[in-house]
Amino acid sequence: MKQPNNYGFGEEAALLKESARKFFREHFTTDRLHALVAADPNPARAPQCQWERDLWSQLVDLGWTMLAVPEEAGGVGMPVAAVAGLVEEVGRAAFPCPLLGTLNATYALVACGEPGAAALADIAAGEAATLALADRSASWDPTATEVEYRDGGLHGTAWFVQDARKCDKFLVCASTAAGYGLFWVAAGAAGVTLEADSIVDLTRDQAHVRFDGAQGIEVSTNALAVLHTAMPAIWTLLAADMVGAGEWQLQTTVEYAATRKQFDHPLGFFQAIKHPLVEVMVQIDEAKSLVYNAACACDTEPQKAAQFAHMAKASASDMAAYASSRSVQSHGGIGFTWECYVHLYFKRQKHSQVLWGDGPWHRARLADIVIGNAA
Amino acid sequence: MSEASARKDTADQAEFRRYCRDWLLSNKPGEPPVRLPQTPLEIMTTEQLNYLQAWQKSAYDAGLIGCDYPVAVGGGGRHNCQRVANEEMLAARTPFLPNVIGLGMAAPTVFYHAREEVKAELLPRLFSGEDIWCQGFSEPGAGSDLASVQTFAEPRGDKWIINGHKVWTSLAHFAEWMIILLRTDKSHKYDGLSYFVVPIRAALGKGVTVRPLIKITGETGFNEVIFDNLEVDDRYRLDELGKGWQVAMTTLLHERGAGELQGPRSGGMKNRSSHNITTAAVIDLAKQTPRAAGTAADDALLRDKLMRQLIREEGLKQNQRRSRVPALLDHPMRLPLQNKLLASEIAQSISSLAVEVEGMASSLYTGDSNAPAGGQWPLSYMNSYGMTIAAGTSEVQRNILGERVLGLPKSK
Repeated sequence: MKQPNNYGFGEEAALLKESARKFFREHFTTDRLHALVAADPNPARAPQCQWERDLWSQLVDLGWTMLAVPEEAGGVGMPVAAVAGLVEEVGRAAFPCPLLGTLNATYALVACGEPGAAALADIAAGEAATLALADRSASWDPTATEVEYRDGGLHGTAWFVQDARKCDKFLVCASTAAGYGLFWVAAGAAGVTLEADSIVDLTRDQAHVRFDGAQGIEVSTNALAVLHTAMPAIWTLLAADMVGAGEWQLQTTVEYAATRKQFDHPLGFFQAIKHPLVEVMVQIDEAKSLVYNAACACDTEPQKAAQFAHMAKASASDMAAYASSRSVQSHGGIGFTWECYVHLYFKRQKHSQVLWGDGPWHRARLADIVIGNAA
Repeated sequence: MSEASARKDTADQAEFRRYCRDWLLSNKPGEPPVRLPQTPLEIMTTEQLNYLQAWQKSAYDAGLIGCDYPVAVGGGGRHNCQRVANEEMLAARTPFLPNVIGLGMAAPTVFYHAREEVKAELLPRLFSGEDIWCQGFSEPGAGSDLASVQTFAEPRGDKWIINGHKVWTSLAHFAEWMIILLRTDKSHKYDGLSYFVVPIRAALGKGVTVRPLIKITGETGFNEVIFDNLEVDDRYRLDELGKGWQVAMTTLLHERGAGELQGPRSGGMKNRSSHNITTAAVIDLAKQTPRAAGTAADDALLRDKLMRQLIREEGLKQNQRRSRVPALLDHPMRLPLQNKLLASEIAQSISSLAVEVEGMASSLYTGDSNAPAGGQWPLSYMNSYGMTIAAGTSEVQRNILGERVLGLPKSK
């Protein structure tokens, strides 16, 4: 094992995490989140995209969107372990923003090498971006992309594009004559049509994006190799978001269980409530430890990064399902209402649980690495 | 593991590590002359004990045991070096240490709470393994509700007279000494408890009776111990009268791996009967177990279960790593208090999965020559309940976590 014992999570990383926590505590309470995203409960409402652009600009000004951009490309060049700390706090606040997408695009662009430099400069300049590579069934297999590069333009549709309406750029995976390429495409370019999805999660927006001859910069002619390199960090950071959100679910539910009384006792007195909440904590801690291990592998032990990131995301997905389930159930009747905030995190977690592969998907790939392919 | 932490060694630790490594290279004991049990808690014969005691004595004489205790009580007078010795012993795949309760639980309790002369009297022979120790906590009427123990100590001059009944007492059949939680006042549940160390071997047949209990595995190793007017000197009382519960917390904290002083650990030796309870071992087993056209390792459902298990196992390992990174901790006891719960439940689910992988062949036990892996997996699976029940059941652990870490109200 070549990893540093402390995951490379040093003083700078600790300061970043603490300042992010403070930032959201001061500027973005759950009251504010609910007022922002949950104004319209009607399931038939038009697809929403509620977010605080001013706060996002502050976050960009703080340099948080360029943390993963290497110094030579105008960024900060922080390790994945440090970025995971920030993302954990974003998840705890369930802050609606295109940070994850921008980080995802950053890791892919870094893996592109020199051809990705101009696009990284856009991110360093404060632009937000997101990956566009999923097919209609979300197989998370880039070779299944429904976008094709031909006749000098992109054609076809990318599905399940995260926070699409908050982004300036898309990093699109498309089949090409030579294989698969990655293209850096402006969201407002001619031939790009966003069709917003009506989704359960109120803290994100999602779209399928149609390309009809859109132009973009080809930042890689070998998308498969680039994504193979970048995906471990992408899985790890989503898992970090889920850990933060899970901790919110735990603390909020514990607080309720310590105050709400039935049968002359707070709910948390009863082991039918207490033990499941302990189990939620145990699952969060497992996922959290695995997140920092995977992040550290991305930074220092790349040959192990995929293996450890599969573990982190599989663990986080199972945890998110359980923490969400217990957060609503333990709140009882009030937990089933729109006015109680637990549904915001329930929905974010259910979204994250399946995004970029659910538990079984990651375990199947982990098994191929650890056991070898099945006969 | 030992390579990774070696990089963080202080100069003293690095030098000590080199010393341990060299010593182990030439002094690691050879193959045992007898079949060993899976853990020290199932030592049944004096042949087994003699072999293991000889190993502990040589490791102590070499300075690998009790390293962090002061020289005056028989320790090595070092700082944070037991961890180093443990890592090197585990890496060298040494036999386990027989005086496991003495080292892990009795030693820190005696060290923190006994009189100076008692420490100096008892600890050297505890560290060397010449005196085996056992623990008298549970009683027929006091299991999870430990504070309701009834075994009574009555004062008589500067002596105490002990009467009562302790159970689940591992190693009592070989033990010289017992750490014991006693009632000295019947009117207060917690404040009526006091803590003693008592010499039991010297009193066998004269105030102490040790009877073996047989486990669900068919093995012995734990006992019931009956006290009939055993006389004990007052100097063997630890801490003040009525402070027994607080002293017991020191014991339990160390038993659960969450205490201040790290206990010596050794193990990993491969021999005919011991095996490693790890997911990697179950994956190997699955690869050797025929299933349908291929092996159990090709079965999609089992692959998923194996990976779940591997993830939990890695998660525990990473928890232990993260517990030393303060910036990534919310509550100081949150990870340490999960240790015992997770280690015991993960060991149980690994063994359970191995039994599932074996399928029908898991019906064959250790005495059957056709049993895969010598029948060790069904044995470990049954044995694993000892770990999820002893030292506070998993249910009690969850109460402790809910109350001490999450701050939920105390369950009765």
